[in-house]
Amino acid sequence: MQRSYMIYVMAASLAATTPAAAFKAYVSNEKSNTVSVIDTDSWTVIKTIKVGQRPRGIEFTRDGKFVLVAVGDDDKIEVIDTATQQVVDSLPSGPDPELFTQDAAGNILYVANENDNTVTVIDLQKRVRLGDIQVGVEPEGMAISPDGKILINTSETTNMAHFIDTATRQIVANVLVDSRPRFAEFKRDGSELWVSSEIGGTVSVIDPVKHTVTGKITFEIPGLRREAIQPVGIGMTKDGKTAFIALGPANRIAVVDGASHAVTKYLLVGQRVWHMAFTPEEKYLLVTNGVSNDVSVIDVAAQKVIKTIQVGELPWGITMAPP
Amino acid sequence: MSSTTSKPAGSGFSFGEYLTCLSGIVWREALRFLHQRERFISALVRPLVWLFIFAAGFRQVLGISIIPPYETYILYEVYIAPGLMAMIQLFNGMQSSLSMVYDREMGNMRTLLVSPLPRGYLLFCKLLAGTAVSLLQVYAFLAIAWFWDIAPPPAGYLTVLPALILSGLMLGALGMLISSGIKQLENFAGVMNFVIFPMFFASSALYPLWRVQEGSPLLYYVCLFNPFSHAVELIRFALYGQTNWISLAVVGGCAGVFMIGAIYAYDPSRGLIRRGPAGGET
Repeated sequence: MQRSYMIYVMAASLAATTPAAAFKAYVSNEKSNTVSVIDTDSWTVIKTIKVGQRPRGIEFTRDGKFVLVAVGDDDKIEVIDTATQQVVDSLPSGPDPELFTQDAAGNILYVANENDNTVTVIDLQKRVRLGDIQVGVEPEGMAISPDGKILINTSETTNMAHFIDTATRQIVANVLVDSRPRFAEFKRDGSELWVSSEIGGTVSVIDPVKHTVTGKITFEIPGLRREAIQPVGIGMTKDGKTAFIALGPANRIAVVDGASHAVTKYLLVGQRVWHMAFTPEEKYLLVTNGVSNDVSVIDVAAQKVIKTIQVGELPWGITMAPP
Repeated sequence: MSSTTSKPAGSGFSFGEYLTCLSGIVWREALRFLHQRERFISALVRPLVWLFIFAAGFRQVLGISIIPPYETYILYEVYIAPGLMAMIQLFNGMQSSLSMVYDREMGNMRTLLVSPLPRGYLLFCKLLAGTAVSLLQVYAFLAIAWFWDIAPPPAGYLTVLPALILSGLMLGALGMLISSGIKQLENFAGVMNFVIFPMFFASSALYPLWRVQEGSPLLYYVCLFNPFSHAVELIRFALYGQTNWISLAVVGGCAGVFMIGAIYAYDPSRGLIRRGPAGGET
């Protein structure tokens, strides 16, 4: 009995070390003005790309051919060609673009301009600006509903999640959340919208149809002050069963049950953990640690941090090739 | 062993006879350990107190630097686990040396030493027996620690075994060497003060050496030259499937030196115990 268990354990550990299909993660380093490219097979930085000033929001285009990165101090979105790994073009945004999202087809890009209280709408194919939507003060978090009809923008100072009709580009509802909302994420089935509040220290669960807050996720880590727990980035598995929430200076990722909204575990990562991205098959989750200048790798199934990789200065955003 | 008594000491014994001797000594030690339930419990409680109470208070000490063999940030309790494993072996090594003092006081050692097998072999068997007992304790500790989220890779439980055997032999041999100089049981308190505590605290068991270096460069060198530090590092690396070659060399070398020293010390014709007025074993 014991022997067969040992064999099982050894086989399991061998299986765990078998290399998965390699993907490339692109990490924006806010202070060193670079993008680090991490190979998920060797878990090493294979390339560092020079970009504009203060790169933050970063995302693959839907076709996987380009990586878009918001360079806030240059007031534009730069386009990196993933084949040559060089900046090949830029898109026009408003002043200080921070985070952005795109529609399901990958045709329209919505950019939150932190200094301008607007969301810029950009045609991704023609690479032209289509217009601006006025939102609250210091817009940041951006999300689009799975059916593509509703765009969410959170404004850090107004403490609201704005619901914007993508057809009319008008705000249809505002939902008040806790202080300094940073990030918004829909469940894949569209049943819930999660918004993280950095200063409030909570994640609000919002009913996207009724526009009401139906629940709040709170965090408690023994030995840590409440103020040190600042939820920012959110990553949810496709089946909606598990969510990972970055808790900033708490240096922890909270693992949250998607259904009951209960925190099941806290994972220790580097300092000031900010944003995250899954590998396409959801085997690993990569999180950026701003102050310790590295990226931690989480085994999603085992819910364990397996590795931490040095990148540039102040890593902020991260993106992985779309499935 | 009665069949071997007619042969002169040291002359050709069969492999079976050596094995009988080994199993006799190991079995006696294991029985003694298993019958002393309090000893087993106290051997477990000691590291667990460190783990549950001390480590809880120092949780925030680490988590700011990644040092090999770790590949990511770890909690303090994960850091001190290998140190506590080595601590179990340190105490066990000293305790079996205590049992040798007891054996000598009670006259049991006479029974052991009348065996015609080479004295060095007898002492080595005694060391192996002590190490086997320490392995039981360490694995019991690891089993409990697993529930405290100290979960090294599954293969690590196997790869740590040779490291534990070598460090167990080293610490046991050290204990044996010290025991040769102790005449009475009561002196064990001195061993606690002058051997166990300095060895444990001036090592990498509780804090990484780079942290010690920040505080006191002198203490850093003391820790660096402490063989116990190397036992801890050997165990730490092995637990994560890696080999720390420097520590392996130091622990292996020290184990050899201590063992030769112990064999020398327990040799009645040359040994240290002969010089003592008490004891009566010579």
